[in-house]
Parts: sequence; structure tokens; C-alpha cells
Amino acid sequence: MFIAFRDLRYATGRFALVGSVITLMSLLVVLLSGLTAGLSAASVSAVSALPVGSVTFEQPADGSEIDFATSSLPVDTVARARALPEVTSVHPLGISTGRVTKDGRTSAATFIGTDTALLPEFRSGTAPGPGEVAPTAGLAAELGVTTGDRLTVGALALTVSGVTLDTSFSHLPVLYTGIADWQQLAHTSTITALGVDTSDRAAVDQALGTRTTSREDAFAGVGGYTSEQNSLDAMRWLLIGISALVVGSFFTVWTIQRRHDLAVVRAIGGTPGYLLRDALGQAAIVLLVGAALGAVAAIGLGALADGVVPFALTVGAVAQPLLIMFGLGLVGAAVAVRTVATVDPLTALGAS
Amino acid sequence: MSLNLHSVRVTFPDGDHRITALDDVTVTVRAGEMMLVTGPSGSGKSTLLAVAGALTEAGSGTVSVAGTPLAGLGRSQRDRLRRTRIGFVFQQANLLPSLTVTDQLLLIGHINGERPAASRDRARELLARVGLTAKEGRRPHQLSGGERQRVGIARALMGRPALLLVDEPTSALDHERGLQVMTMLAEVTAEQRTATVVVTHDLQYLPLADRVARMQDGRLTVEDPSRAVGRAQM
Ligand SMILES: Nc1ncnc2c1ncn2[C@@H]1O[C@H](COP(=O)(O)OP(=O)(O)OP(=O)(O)O)[C@@H](O)[C@H]1O
Ligand SMILES: [Mg+2]
Repeated sequence: MFIAFRDLRYATGRFALVGSVITLMSLLVVLLSGLTAGLSAASVSAVSALPVGSVTFEQPADGSEIDFATSSLPVDTVARARALPEVTSVHPLGISTGRVTKDGRTSAATFIGTDTALLPEFRSGTAPGPGEVAPTAGLAAELGVTTGDRLTVGALALTVSGVTLDTSFSHLPVLYTGIADWQQLAHTSTITALGVDTSDRAAVDQALGTRTTSREDAFAGVGGYTSEQNSLDAMRWLLIGISALVVGSFFTVWTIQRRHDLAVVRAIGGTPGYLLRDALGQAAIVLLVGAALGAVAAIGLGALADGVVPFALTVGAVAQPLLIMFGLGLVGAAVAVRTVATVDPLTALGAS
Repeated sequence: MSLNLHSVRVTFPDGDHRITALDDVTVTVRAGEMMLVTGPSGSGKSTLLAVAGALTEAGSGTVSVAGTPLAGLGRSQRDRLRRTRIGFVFQQANLLPSLTVTDQLLLIGHINGERPAASRDRARELLARVGLTAKEGRRPHQLSGGERQRVGIARALMGRPALLLVDEPTSALDHERGLQVMTMLAEVTAEQRTATVVVTHDLQYLPLADRVARMQDGRLTVEDPSRAVGRAQM
């Protein structure tokens, strides 16, 4: 990369320009990834926190998909499922939304009624017994309650038995209760779904006439989750594609401008491979620096935005889109600079 | 015997028929000898350099450089020959804009996979030879046209070529600088023992040549330098 490094130093302005475009693109891509992960957590973290492998829904009507909002199973499904040999554990799940009040402070929440076994970890206190509830840390803070305080939901007064780690369902914080209290909160005598561990989902559905999915597939049963994630993913891929095109166009123009110089290098004995390695190395440096700066800026901005917007970043969520961007950018650059291999050294001769 | 062309013919396609750019050219240029080639525009002078420099293939006839026949060489073998045996000096110097004077020369060492220390020594020596030691850190746009051409000459000599091919090196220079460059070419030809072919429009340089050839419609006639000089003075 003898020429590449010197070009970078010489045409600093031009490379800074394309570098900052890549920086902004990767900043956007990483922010979008963080937002996607954050929204995903806000939407389904209560489901992903369930310590079971499968979720059993009511069999949806023809043309419909699984949905926690419409699924409804008779209470005896729990006992029938427990009797099946393929099933190792069964827990009822009741899920509904409502408002919870404490001293005039009101907050919307998702009520989840279930067994102690399916509750998330507790930050303080204990699992709710009859007449008791356990809000998540976020909800407890919002309402200003701690263990022992009393909350009201509709006409019911309930005691806080403890506070759980944060989970969220359909963008609302969760209020955990036992299944019997949940039925009262939700004004129903049925339950929503089952959390089960089973070796054979099809057999469960055969016996119960239900629809059982893996825990991850059950995310689709949370309203809006799939369309939300799909549109964010589409935006992310679009951005990644645009960056590849931008990088490709930049290097196309850059290569065309340098055609005569490249012909000279060919004439004095540089091989097409030499030129190609040099040009690709240059593109890789620009991409790497741009992407790294973008990632750092995104992590910084994400930290600032944390709490204001749902935002979650893992090493994977940063690295994966950047790697894809780097890879596609390099492909774009390779398509652009592959013409350096076809430069005719003859054009170095003469004035024209 | 560093450059040898025998009955070389080069044609280019032009619509239905073909243009004959070189027609039965036979010439030999020995090591340490500088041949000037003159002739009208379009007569085939650049094509002669392109054939000698393994940039264009001869349609018929034989070309050999430093004893190596070019016929049948693949692309990478021709690249290699240019790298190791041939030096080019171009009309516009053709230096790379982002490289300093020293780097223009070191690039050749890098392409050839030479030890950096060895190329550095060679570059220093050649820049001293062309009188540019004081300008080694400059970029092409910070040099005069004559200085650029001298860098071009030093670069062409970096790979210790047997054959030096030069296309109108003075056309962008004033009289004094042109003479300087042409004199330098004559000197390095003798010192470095290259077979040198210089294309020029300018007949005033003919006395510097060991041999003079005239190109006309693709045919090369080697003339006696004294006669050519005489004609130039008419
Ligand atoms: N790559 C090419 N394709 C087609 N025709 C060409 C090509 N190169 C040269 N020619 C033709 O071959 C002939 C000789 O061209 P050449 O460039 O060798 O002339 P020249 O003597 O160097 O002219 P000048 O003094 O203007 O540089 C011209 O008729 C030119 O049009
Ligand atoms: Mg010419």
C-alpha cells in the first residue's frame, strides 16, 4: 500500500469527506441497532425472561396468527397439559393491560399472573402471595412504592410483596401477581397461555388442540413486535446498502480520476494485482476508520440517550452491522477499483 | 545489443481496414547508445516506443530487449520485463501527485520488492545525479517542468534498465531546460550503459545523439547524424 498511504495523506480533504460520510452512516446504523434492540426489549423482555422453552397459545382462528391479546385457554388446560408424558413442566400465564394507582399517581402496566417459578429475579422482597403484587423496579419507582405499600387496580387494593428486576411487555412495565389475583384484575375466569417445557410441541398441540411455539417465536404474539422489528431492520439494511453504494461511487470517481496515474504505474511495471491490493487496502483503511469513529460516537450517544429512549447495545449489536457495512463497503470499493486492473499502460505514453 | 527490431509491423484497426503504424521497421540500438527519432505527427514514433517497451505487440517481425524476444510473452512476463529491464520517460513526466520526489523513486523499489535500504541508497544516488537532492521532499506540483522531467529520468533509471524509452521529453519545456534534460539523457545513457531511444520533434538536439532516425508513415530510416544536423541548420 505504498501509494495508498501517500494518497490518504495527500488528498486528506477528500478522504476525510468520504470518511465522515461513512462515520455518519455507521453512527446511524449502530444507533438504529441499539434502538432496535431497545425496542425489542421494551416489547418482549417479559417473555424472553420466562424460564421455559415453549409457550402454548389458544389455536388461532384460520387466517390469524398467535396473539397474547386474544389467546384464551380454560383453566383446566394446565392440568391436562401436566398429564401429558412429553411435558416436563407447566405454568399458567395470564396477560392483560390496565392502570395501577398509588396515592393519585397512575401508571399503565401489563399485568402478568403466573406461578412463582416464572417470576423474574427479585431486587427486594418476596414473590406475591394471595392479595399481593410485585411491580418491576421501573414501575415501583414511577409509582413511588416499596415493599409493604398498597396499590389499587380498579376497585382492588393489593399489597406490594417485593420488587422485581425490570421487564417490559408491549412497551409497558410489568406488574406480577399470582394467577388467581390476575383473573380478578382481568375480570376473567380463563388464562391467556401456558409456559411449558416439552420435548414435543406437536404432541402437546395434538392432545390439547392448542398452538405451541418456542419462547422466541412467541414474541410475534406481542402486538406490533414483528412489524416494528421488521421496519427497523429494513431501515438498517437500507442504510447498510446505501453506505456500500456511497463507498462504491466514491471509489469509482476516485479511480476514474486516477486512471492516467494508474496507467503510468502499469507502464513502469506495476502489475494489476499490485494496483488492486493498493486500492483495496486504501478502501479498507477509510472504511475501518470511518466505521470505528461512527461506532464510538454511537456508543457515546446511546449512553446519553439511555433512559430517554429504549436503547440497548451489546458487543454483537455493534459489531454485526459494522462488519456487514465494512464487508459490503469493501465489495462496493472492489467493484469500483476492479477497473484498475484493466487500465491500459499504453495510455501513459504520449500527451493524450 | 540491447534493443533489436527486425521487420516489425504494427497495424491498428480503423473501421473496415487497418492503419499501418509501423511498416517493416528494422533497427538495433546498442547499450550506451542514444538514438533520436524524429518525424511528423502520426508517423508512428510513439508506436515504436510502445512496441519496444512491451506495451504493444508487434503484428509481425521480432522485437527483443536485452536479448529476450518479446514474442510469446504473457502479460505478467511483459510486466516483469518492463519492471526489470525497461525505463520510461514520458512527455508529461507522469509523476504521481501524492508522492514526494524520493517516493517517486522508492515506488519502483517497492514494486520490484527490493530491500528498502537498498532502494533508498539508489534513490539518493540518482537524485544527486540529476541534481535534485535539495528537492527530494517536494511533490510534483512544487517542481518546475524541467525538474519534473529530471525526476522522471531518475525514476526510469531506478530499476537499472537495459533500455530507456523517452517520448518527447522536452515538448513542455523552454529551450534552456529542454537542452538540460536532453543533455542529461545523453550523459546517463553513457554512464548507465542503457540503450536509449528518444522521440523528439526538435531538431536542435540532434547533435547530442549517437544516431538519428526519421519516421515517416511508419517507416524508419536511420540517418547519419551529421547529415541530419546539416539539414536542421538549413
Ligand atoms: N491505440 C491505437 N489505436 C488505433 N490507432 C492508433 C493507436 N495508436 C496509434 N494509432 C495510430 O497509429 C499511427 C501512429 O501513431 P503514433 O502515436 O505512433 O504517432 P506519433 O508519431 O507518436 O505521433 P505524435 O508525434 O503526434 O505523437 C497514427 O495514425 C495513430 O492514429
Ligand atoms: Mg507520439
